[in-house]
Amino acid sequence: MQAYEKVSLARAAGRPTALAYIHGVFDDFFELHGDRFFGDDPALVCGIAELNGLSVTVIGLEKGGSTQEKISRNFGSANPEGYRKALRAMKQAEKFHRPVVCLVDTAGAYCGIGAEERGQGSAIAANLVAMMGLKTPVISIMIGEGGSGGAIALAAANEVWILENAYYAVISPEGAASIIWKDAGKVKEACEALQLTAADLARLGIVERVFAEKGDVFAALREALGQALPGYLALPAEKLTEQRYEKFRKVGRSEL
Amino acid sequence: MLKKSSFKRPNNALEGGEAAAEKKEMNEGVCVACPACKRMLFLDELSEALNCCPHCGHHLRLSARERIALTADEGSFAELWPGETGGDPLAFPGYADKLKKAHKASRESESVVTGTCRVGGSPCALFVMEGAFMMGSMGTVTGDKITRLFEYAARENLPVLGFTVSGGARMQEGILSLMQMAKISGAVGRHSDKGLLYLAVLTDPTTGGVTASFAMEADIILAEPGALIGFAGQRVIEQTIRQKLPEGFQRAEFLLEKGFVDAIVPRKEQRSVLGTLLRRHERGSAYAGV
Ligand SMILES: [Zn+2]
Repeated sequence: MQAYEKVSLARAAGRPTALAYIHGVFDDFFELHGDRFFGDDPALVCGIAELNGLSVTVIGLEKGGSTQEKISRNFGSANPEGYRKALRAMKQAEKFHRPVVCLVDTAGAYCGIGAEERGQGSAIAANLVAMMGLKTPVISIMIGEGGSGGAIALAAANEVWILENAYYAVISPEGAASIIWKDAGKVKEACEALQLTAADLARLGIVERVFAEKGDVFAALREALGQALPGYLALPAEKLTEQRYEKFRKVGRSEL
Repeated sequence: MLKKSSFKRPNNALEGGEAAAEKKEMNEGVCVACPACKRMLFLDELSEALNCCPHCGHHLRLSARERIALTADEGSFAELWPGETGGDPLAFPGYADKLKKAHKASRESESVVTGTCRVGGSPCALFVMEGAFMMGSMGTVTGDKITRLFEYAARENLPVLGFTVSGGARMQEGILSLMQMAKISGAVGRHSDKGLLYLAVLTDPTTGGVTASFAMEADIILAEPGALIGFAGQRVIEQTIRQKLPEGFQRAEFLLEKGFVDAIVPRKEQRSVLGTLLRRHERGSAYAGV
């Protein structure tokens, strides 16, 4: 399948969003609101849930279902307070040695006046430093759109997984088309060139697992998380952060 | 101290919209128009004034080598990993050609220069981004060199001083560029965990994935007057919200007001301010080897 078709599927109306996975994969989700500084960002949901008897912190970028909900959730584009809420949830998870599972589905972090005033760059940067040093396991799953900085802000993880028809890219294909090709019509070319599909990302060593989108995807994820998380939880903190560091350290490492 | 010979101007203007307007070179190599007040400035008087407009004070852009000459104690800069170049890992259309042009325009092998130096007598590890190399965009070599510098500094118990100028992650290296944000952040964290100082000076423009990672991760964040600093590009924001942006939006003064930079330091004061800050964080011999 062409990269462009994958991107279209990742964005398709009716595709399950983060809350569907939260309820489909985990049990007894209890949502936690607010960043304790500015407000509560509905584009990012987080809370505590159970998976095979394990307490888990779950964080998801939520696009919303109905038009009204999409608007109230800003189409899944989080503001700084969303990323700061996620950081609070991750720090809490670290305190209680709960694993963190992030569900990523966003066209990108929000680009607005308020987002800049409240430090979108600073918020994402803080998440990256904190996640790289987090003394509890983190697994991030790309379930739809993995839009650039807004996606990696929840994906500095021990493992990054992706669904077959999700994508993960440095810039939106539309952005790349207009900047590199200077032609908004070159979106298909941009999709190919960016190598953003699940298969591309697996080949490039960016994702550890690709999940087929057939049968019971929730059950497949539940099983995979149930297998992976206990192993990571058993690792001493240094091993855990070392593994995460090396995962990213090797990307683009020049031969010395 | 400063040598005029270190002020070689790059051949080309930076790429991109706003950037291209910055260096309108008139009378090839003799004078330029100040991008702010539009007055004609002779290159000689400009370099005398550290590339700041003598009329309105506007800070014109500097190359990485000019920065190093302005900042490091004379003769103290020792470059680490010079001449390193990456390939074209995704075989991205047009990228190989763009890299060639960037080498020519900037006379640098990549978008960051790394090394060690002394500032006001204090030793530090130094990275300086090069705006004339693909707008200072962060590719895998950029990310790798900055990561290695933080690792080196952590081993050698050195503070890191970094000057940023960047359009963000480099699109032509795709997801591999994006990963550098996490990679550098991991190295910044490890360096920080050793109790070592990271001092950043954000210069015009610092945007995108660089702002959303190591530019905003320093213990002390300084900015040059008037520097554009932000996550999203101004055109992208205008398209998103369908309105014009207010005057001064995303400028250094705006970030100071909003609480995201510690201080704005004019170029002529930087050397002394940086020297003082480095000295304040120097460890006595009792801490040596810790
Ligand atoms: Zn002027």
